[in-house]
Amino acid sequence: MNAPVPPPVAACGAIDLHQEHGQRAVFCGLTGIVWLHRKIQDAFFLVVGSRTCAHLIQSAAGVMIFAEPRFATAIIDERDLAGIADANEELDRVVTRLIERRPDIKLLFLVGSCPSEVIKLDLSRAAQRLSGRLAPVRVLNYSGSGIETTFTQGEDACLAALVPELPRATAEEAPSLLIVGALADVVEDQFLRILSAMGIADVRFLPARRAGAMPAVGRNTRYLLAQPFLADTARALDERGARRLAAPFPLGAEGTTGWLRAAAEAFGIDDATFAAATAAGRARAETALAPHRDKLGGKRVFFFPDSQLEVPLARFLARELGVALVEIGTPYLHRAHLAAEIEWLPAGTRVTEGQSLDDQMDRCRAARPDLTVCGLGLANPLEAEGLSTKWSIELLFTPVQGYEQAGDLAELFARPLRRRALLEV
Amino acid sequence: MQLTLWTYEGPPHIGAMRVATAMHGLHYVLHAPQGDTYADLLFTMIERRDARPPVTYTTFRAQDLGRDTAELFKTSVAAAYARFQPQAMIVGASCTAELIQDDPGGLAKALDLPIPVIPLELPAYQKKENWGASETFYRLVRALAGPASPRSPDESRQRPLCNILGPTALGFRHRDDLIEIRRLLDTLGIAVNVVAPLGASPADLGRLKDADFNVVLYPETARSAAEYLKKSFGQPFTKEVPLGVGATNRFVAEVATLTGIDPAPVLDGPGSRLPWYSRSVDSTYLTGKRVFVFGDATHAIGIARMAARELGFTVVGLGTYGREFAREVRAEAAEHGIEALITDDYLDVEAAIRAAAPELVLGTQMERHVAKRLGIPCAVISAPIHVQDFPARYAPQMGFEGANVLFDTLVHPLMMGLEEHLLGMFREDPEFHDGVGPSHLGGTPFEAPPVAAPASPTPAVAPILLEEAVTITDAPWAPEAERELKKIPFFVRGKARSNTEKFARERRLPLITLETLYDAKAHYGR
Repeated sequence: MNAPVPPPVAACGAIDLHQEHGQRAVFCGLTGIVWLHRKIQDAFFLVVGSRTCAHLIQSAAGVMIFAEPRFATAIIDERDLAGIADANEELDRVVTRLIERRPDIKLLFLVGSCPSEVIKLDLSRAAQRLSGRLAPVRVLNYSGSGIETTFTQGEDACLAALVPELPRATAEEAPSLLIVGALADVVEDQFLRILSAMGIADVRFLPARRAGAMPAVGRNTRYLLAQPFLADTARALDERGARRLAAPFPLGAEGTTGWLRAAAEAFGIDDATFAAATAAGRARAETALAPHRDKLGGKRVFFFPDSQLEVPLARFLARELGVALVEIGTPYLHRAHLAAEIEWLPAGTRVTEGQSLDDQMDRCRAARPDLTVCGLGLANPLEAEGLSTKWSIELLFTPVQGYEQAGDLAELFARPLRRRALLEV
Repeated sequence: MQLTLWTYEGPPHIGAMRVATAMHGLHYVLHAPQGDTYADLLFTMIERRDARPPVTYTTFRAQDLGRDTAELFKTSVAAAYARFQPQAMIVGASCTAELIQDDPGGLAKALDLPIPVIPLELPAYQKKENWGASETFYRLVRALAGPASPRSPDESRQRPLCNILGPTALGFRHRDDLIEIRRLLDTLGIAVNVVAPLGASPADLGRLKDADFNVVLYPETARSAAEYLKKSFGQPFTKEVPLGVGATNRFVAEVATLTGIDPAPVLDGPGSRLPWYSRSVDSTYLTGKRVFVFGDATHAIGIARMAARELGFTVVGLGTYGREFAREVRAEAAEHGIEALITDDYLDVEAAIRAAAPELVLGTQMERHVAKRLGIPCAVISAPIHVQDFPARYAPQMGFEGANVLFDTLVHPLMMGLEEHLLGMFREDPEFHDGVGPSHLGGTPFEAPPVAAPASPTPAVAPILLEEAVTITDAPWAPEAERELKKIPFFVRGKARSNTEKFARERRLPLITLETLYDAKAHYGR
């Protein structure tokens, strides 16, 4: 019988997709506070949670490098749980004390955690109540809890909470371009220059650098996701009538060109103008990438799941640097937002959605990749087993998007290999 | 609810992890959501451990809450046993799992594993990391040390035998303290039976009872276990923590009394360099230096005592974040004629340091930040742990070498202070004033610009406002007095300023003049 060969489970492009369940080794969404508080310079993030939450953020924040943080934890104690103290009154007291101390704060996020979710503390009502009382300080809420979010989903939840608050752009307004996802200021400025050279003048960013400067959104807003983990934010923007421009993500020269091209097409920019605006960037990226091809070409790379950036990063490594992909782990694969990326992955690439930590470590050990991209908890143990590793969290804290950073991004992967070759001890 | 910017201690399950990670052949199954896995990096990044902690997290999610998190826990325990084949397991819940009340102990027991499975009850909304470590170690010892029995000294033994209790993973200098204390005991002719938790297996805990006595290095983690061993097996334990020369000598004397051996080999030996370094004339400038000490109770007490008796400092503040040892810290503070600060609120500590106006802060990483902001030299003497607390070199705090290390640790920040003082003395020299860079970097001398009106002492950022909002407007400083103030060494300048302002305020003076400055100096110098 000529029975057709069944397609791989959950066929998704030509990748070899697996789903795994079990122990995960990822941060929760609270971690996003570490970069979000630096991006929105007059916002404060108050986690309503446990001592564990406070300890997590402190540990993830590079261990206490910021002496004056714009984040804190309202630690729930047994009095709150036993109902001896009214949790809402307690929260009001803590927030009042905080705002008195920090008159520079314009926007306060109440950030939900695992314990606050489990005891069903209603932070959206608390935010409404406090917004009224503390005006002009705005109080919003979102959940960064580990039972609902992994790592970068905290940023998604934060931005999604901002969307309903954004000013409404009128229907008569000329189309504007909104870039969604926290980027380093320097990267934003580079994109602004390129887009302006194309003739797209009205470019806005979410989040803005200050609470009072958040972008207006309406039916004429076209938006580009700068990060691959913004599912809820995109949904909220769609509800406001904005339209997503399907694109790859701006990692590497090719990704950046594809991302910018999506904007150019939406705004009717002709090919010659587009080519002229991007030529210098593309040329510089090519110059910066070339030396890394020798070091990374043919190297076998394994990704543990972490930030949802894994697929675009792997695509960049494979297509622009000639890396061989052993396995791409990702906490969640957003099929629609990553459609262009999945299309670009080499056929048959193993992508694992979800995690079963010990099994995945077994596969990694068996494969003995040249480079393993993983979280901070796994890096030294794998190094001790003789594997070179790249801490994935650095890929979020370092400016890596756009043409001018393509070389830096390649260097982040090349450095562990270079270092290993360098050391004689 | 407590507003917390920084926390001195993690939750109690982190303490349990410190014990589990220190040991071999033990596995910890923690009912916890995925975010709690951050704890791994404390061990692999801060301590640079070469293996993941022996911990399996159930990493339950919201969708599991509606189904069966208890089943998930049981599956995780069974899988961890099958994969790691430990000699014993500990099981428990983190803060979130505590709320869903799955009873990890009961669930694990139902699996009927062929190894001891020890349930931990670590109330996450009441207790903290050190308590968690102590409770975990105590539960392990209770479960694994065997049935109580009177001590029957082994007459055939040549040397007395002791256990060393307390060192854990992620412990502040535990690695090197242990080496130093083993060396000390060896010189005394005492053999070590078991060190625990660091490096011990569950089976080793079954041999604890063979020792004649226990050395308790860190009461925070080991006192409960030592008390249990005393009760069950009649083993006495040491009370003196050998931080500083005096305490090390007393520790040796205590051990000698417990065992009946001669302490002379150690007490008459070379000892520490500290006594001579402290007596050498260049150390006279240390006399009466005002120090503020804050840390875990063991380090705070030991170092305050040493600072006063062995360096000639004046202890103007002493405190701890470890409420379990408040009584001991209060007693030590009374010795210095001050009241102890017992708090885990970083803002309270900052306020206390401000008020005490010390010349040196001996604290944790948190106090290092406070001291930096206040322009006071600082040395770190206690956890919370930081990557710098795992130096590549040998750097114990305990024993004689520890006293040497502490001498350097406590004095070097002040040496820098003295150098800056000298800089201050030469301030007006043309190649040495504030406006030029260091001469060895080729800074070109230039004419000092005319002194601008002195900037008012408003802090650039004032996020932590403390009591400033309620201060009454102070008398202004006459330019002449302000200039004179600048000639005072920077590390006492703040105190001179506040004393003078207080003096002027009390007398309702309209202007602080040169006269006021020196009147105040004479007044407070009495």
